[in-house]
Amino acid sequence: MLDLVLSLLILAGATFTFIGSLGLARLQDFYTRLHGPTKATTLGVGSLLIASALYFSTRGESISLHEVLVTLFLFITAPASAHLLSKAALHLHVRSLAPLPQESAIADEGSAQRQKDSPSAESNKLFLKT
Amino acid sequence: MLMNIALPIALTLVAAAFALSFWRLLIGPSKPDRILALDTLYINAIALLVLLGIHLSSALYFEAALLIALMGFVGTVALCKYLLRGDIIE
Repeated sequence: MLDLVLSLLILAGATFTFIGSLGLARLQDFYTRLHGPTKATTLGVGSLLIASALYFSTRGESISLHEVLVTLFLFITAPASAHLLSKAALHLHVRSLAPLPQESAIADEGSAQRQKDSPSAESNKLFLKT
Repeated sequence: MLMNIALPIALTLVAAAFALSFWRLLIGPSKPDRILALDTLYINAIALLVLLGIHLSSALYFEAALLIALMGFVGTVALCKYLLRGDIIE
């Protein structure tokens, strides 16, 4: 019974770790790629560490609490690093597939208007840099 | 018994995850992409260390996993600060 639970947790954790990296490799732009590895951090490594805690608690003579420390640390630091990464990407004007907010408001009037507006967005960016 | 089947499959999946993250680290078009790939690589390293600890029935590897988590976070924050401000400690 314990063997089955441990195997299921290990397989789930490894699968989610793989899916996170698959998302990192396959998704289209940086902001969607940022979304993929967070699943690997929380679900993947989380269930692997739960499996490890179960294994060492039933194997040894005392409850194993090293895993809780790693889990806690990862769960606290993952949002902080993702926030800093997205801030750095916004600072460097990394290309996004989603349109800018002003452009999407103009898009109702037709795509020709939007193409006319994109150079002004470019000059706006230049203005921000100088 | 069932663990003897599950562990090699899990190790293979994590190794494939390593390969995919490394691919993104090599081709990543922008600098934040490469930092994100490094971030994912250290998460994968923690997963691999935990699996190795279960495989070898040794609780020795958690200190290493904790150390990797700590240093990986500090590294990600330092690289992001460098991209944001052009300097790490001002």
